[in-house]
Amino acid sequence: MSNADENFEIQLLLEAIYQKYSYDFRGYSMPSVKRRVNSALSQFGLKTITSLQERVLHDASFFTELIQYLTIPTSEMFRDPSFFKKFREEVVPILETYPSLKIWIAGCSTGEEIYSYAIILQEADLLKRTTIYATDINPKSLKKAEQGFFPIDKIKEYTVNYRKSGGQRELSDYMITDSNSALFDRRLKENVVFADHSLATDSVFSEMQMVSCRNVLIYFDRELQNRALCLFKDSLVRRGFLGLGSKESLRFSDSDLYFDTFSPEEKIYRKK
Amino acid sequence: MKSIEVTLSETSLAIKGLKADAGIFDLIAIGCSAGGVESLRTLLPIVKEQFPASVVVIQHRSADSPQILQNYFSLICNTQVQEPDDKQPIQKGVIYFAPTNYHLLIDDHRNFNLSIDPLVNYSRPSIDVFFESAAQVFGPRMLGIILSGANQDGALGLKAVADHGGSVLVQDPQTAEYKEMPKAAVAHVTEQSIVTVEQIRNYFSELGSAVCKK
Repeated sequence: MSNADENFEIQLLLEAIYQKYSYDFRGYSMPSVKRRVNSALSQFGLKTITSLQERVLHDASFFTELIQYLTIPTSEMFRDPSFFKKFREEVVPILETYPSLKIWIAGCSTGEEIYSYAIILQEADLLKRTTIYATDINPKSLKKAEQGFFPIDKIKEYTVNYRKSGGQRELSDYMITDSNSALFDRRLKENVVFADHSLATDSVFSEMQMVSCRNVLIYFDRELQNRALCLFKDSLVRRGFLGLGSKESLRFSDSDLYFDTFSPEEKIYRKK
Repeated sequence: MKSIEVTLSETSLAIKGLKADAGIFDLIAIGCSAGGVESLRTLLPIVKEQFPASVVVIQHRSADSPQILQNYFSLICNTQVQEPDDKQPIQKGVIYFAPTNYHLLIDDHRNFNLSIDPLVNYSRPSIDVFFESAAQVFGPRMLGIILSGANQDGALGLKAVADHGGSVLVQDPQTAEYKEMPKAAVAHVTEQSIVTVEQIRNYFSELGSAVCKK
């Protein structure tokens, strides 16, 4: 099948999903969607995207399975430790000056990043006056995030990341482990509000001191990136922080005008 | 023994069936893992600012060594060496390294796209992911090259390049420090695509000087 034909079939599929289920993937970046749709095809033993569309339209339970492919949850604790080090050393001292704090983690996936932030805020004695809004469009991911269980085989890597991010304690201080999984201290999520939210269709939060949206915008085309960045701008207080993934940049968006660069290496910005 | 000095016309014979016209490729993509850096040291300094194609290198490496390759090759290369950001437009005469811990892809507007989807062939970046994505966009205007490496990533990607009308080269496994990657790739190419790194270097310099003649 030609590239153009495949793109066309995928656009029809995404339109069908939007019309039927109100999940809007139409502004997702095509190369990644294509890989994900093709991996769903082979997983479900289907030959054409059209046949996938047929099943999605006639079987709502199939859609809940498919959404796991379209929004593959991938996340790590303290991914890019240098980002979290910068947050700990240079952003936290500014956040400390606010009497109370609101932080929005947009696209929180299965929650690794929530606990990374919560630990740093706890160590700065800020967690108790912070509300973290953790949002995602994938209901299964949100549920996992809320449970706070992580596979034990990842913890070693996370411990290394935690130390590199400037952590002075043991990551294991924050969890109870058994042979399969690690459960994070429930106190870390006491002030976390978990909510279903789509950057493609839903609206703003208000008066946030920081928005963190790391490695989510890479899955959006430029138009949807601009929409999301506009939401962030409108959700932030003046001089509020925006944290992006290490390869995400405002350079190729329209939002350049609304933000100053706080750390070019770590992709941390401040609202003008 | 044959003289090492070869003229331009001889080198064009060195890779049969591959023309060195300046406008022939928009993209040259190189995939390698273990043992690849030495070959890159031979190849990449040939690429100058006026080089008629973009060069993208997918080199496997550990997730905790960001920018090391970019920094090193910036020192020894004769043009810009970058790790692309998401949605950055691809440019000719620039050498790009796939950032570590991300997959690299290309969209129809010829902008880089990044993803943190699960590892493919135990790798992120994966050569297959980039080659398959780029093959769809560049079709016959892409040259895919597989060098030394210790796993089979890249073989299917190279096949995709050929399937979309692109050209392919594989380092002769006999000359590679780690043979598994070129061996797996060889299964998808004809014999005339199996070459040495020196032949590829000569081909690159031919492409570069074809521009000067224009």
